[in-house]
Amino acid sequence: MTTMELLTWLRGPGLSISITIMLIGITVRLLEMLLLGRKKDLSEARDSSSAKYGWRTVFTRSLPSMACLQKVPVTFITGYVFHIGLFLIVFFFVPHMLLIQDVINIKWPGLPFWIIDAITLLTLIAMLISLWYRYWDKVRRYLSTFSDYFVWTITFLPVLTGYLLYHRQLLPYNEMMVIHIITIELMLIFLPFTKLMHSFTFIFSRWYTGEAAGRKGVKI
Amino acid sequence: MSASIERGIAAFKQQIDAPIASFFNSCVHCGMCAEACLFYESTKDPKYTPIYKLEPMRRIWKQEYTFWGRFASALGISKPVTDDELGEWQELLYDSCTLCGRCSLVCPVGNDLVYMIRKAREGMVASGHAPEGLKGATSRALSMGSPMGVTPKTFKKQVQHAEDDVGIKMPFDKQGADYLLIMSSSEIMEFYEYIGAVAKIFKQANVSWTFSSEVFEATNSGIQIGSSDIAAELVQRIVDVAEKLQVKNVVSPECGHAYTAIKWDGPNLIGRPYKFKVIHILELLEQLRREGRIELEGMDDEKLTFHDPCQIVRRGGVVQEPRDLLNSVSSHFVEMPCHGKWNWCCGGGGGVSANDDADELRLKTFSIKKNQIEKTGAKKLVTCCSNCRSMIEDGIEKYEMNIEVVGLTEVIADHLKE
Repeated sequence: MTTMELLTWLRGPGLSISITIMLIGITVRLLEMLLLGRKKDLSEARDSSSAKYGWRTVFTRSLPSMACLQKVPVTFITGYVFHIGLFLIVFFFVPHMLLIQDVINIKWPGLPFWIIDAITLLTLIAMLISLWYRYWDKVRRYLSTFSDYFVWTITFLPVLTGYLLYHRQLLPYNEMMVIHIITIELMLIFLPFTKLMHSFTFIFSRWYTGEAAGRKGVKI
Repeated sequence: MSASIERGIAAFKQQIDAPIASFFNSCVHCGMCAEACLFYESTKDPKYTPIYKLEPMRRIWKQEYTFWGRFASALGISKPVTDDELGEWQELLYDSCTLCGRCSLVCPVGNDLVYMIRKAREGMVASGHAPEGLKGATSRALSMGSPMGVTPKTFKKQVQHAEDDVGIKMPFDKQGADYLLIMSSSEIMEFYEYIGAVAKIFKQANVSWTFSSEVFEATNSGIQIGSSDIAAELVQRIVDVAEKLQVKNVVSPECGHAYTAIKWDGPNLIGRPYKFKVIHILELLEQLRREGRIELEGMDDEKLTFHDPCQIVRRGGVVQEPRDLLNSVSSHFVEMPCHGKWNWCCGGGGGVSANDDADELRLKTFSIKKNQIEKTGAKKLVTCCSNCRSMIEDGIEKYEMNIEVVGLTEVIADHLKE
């Protein structure tokens, strides 16, 4: 198989297979979670429109909190930078964007290449700092398992290979493209089976907590 | 049935629901909950990171309720939770968690860690790994009606003392009263001025109220230790007497965990809504003040501050009432840094105060409260939970601080217009 043939396979069947595994995986993981159910709360709510507090927390927990910024600045700042960075790279880098738009048929404008380039560099730096902090800081190190480092790796590699690809570094374009796509497909396949699943379940966890506090009259 | 690891695992399994699964699924091990926890902050020991306290429960969830976990269990490559491990975790799930809920405010994925720890304690009780102090309190609550061993006879005697102090005859078992007043044992024994204070306020406001001679205890050791069966039994006693007396409302005492137990957990424990309403004493006092049924006089101009009991404020929703009440009698009320829902716990909630194993650690955590209090420069601290009050007085003694601690209900009673 030549590099071009491999590239064609990765872009076609390879991508379809990995997206299918990801979607089935996410569905199974969400179902096994939601089917466990949640008992109806029989206490008399202080505010009966508690569902809206659930949605409120889904959004407000993404806002900066001074309490967290002061206590854990490294986790807080690197977390913000790489989450926003990853989001912009996936949805606003024109080649990625066109691929997604092709599938879902909704159009939006992309960001200029030089901005994405800078964002990618910042994302890489933020991720490297977060890795260093995970290893160096005693709380993060105490909590970390193999899976935490593995997930960091499969998230970092697509960004790194994409950056190298764009700057034509290390390997010829097609070879680097092959590696870039393989790393992305690996990430998609592993997403439902690792903590990357939080990119979907955070909506539920935030909602449950916000709703429970809201019915007691506490906005969190 | 006696406690065993099998029963423990079964109890853990039974507690796992969709919220618990969503919390474990969402956790990214960022560790931000550590810096929100008074036990980590005062010791800097990473084992006190709140999510780490749930490690046995996480493994049970993974092994029992996830596809890959079950797959690994079937292949025999997963590590089952052992009795020894649960024994080791007793310190983490009881001695070093006051169920204060501060961690639940900072978690970026929104995990309600207190909800998880409360449920994990069910597994600990079933496996026989609850602290002796809490076991004792729970068995006294069941057999004598009070975790501190207060009998109905002692209760009546304390009420008699309060009657003598304030010169008001207090009603017992009054059928159809608007409010049934229940108490915490520590209010009855350590801070019985509370009884007289409430009676004075109710007299001025012309409130129709009563005590019950059968049931006076509002706290619930079943919830703190993590035994829903016992917790339900203790709630049922109050429900039965309130429904027998046909009262319209049950008044939760200042005590924070009592409020959580009777207001928020109670109906879920007994499996049905109440036929009466539950109101916290401060909500009622503020309501009486706003309606003009009590008149207050004299402004205290001494600088004072307020300690927010976690279960009343952060986990209970009674946030503004204590502040409005305080501002109506004080011209120099200053907030602590981190107040309201962000307050730091006194160190003795969630059963920690009844758990002797935790005494040393609890007093260590008080350094945070001390720092908070000192930053205000106040010489008087007002709070509204008898347990917080005892814990703070303990801390003040240990750290040789110079500050007076008073209960909010008594402060209000002292300012009643004669």
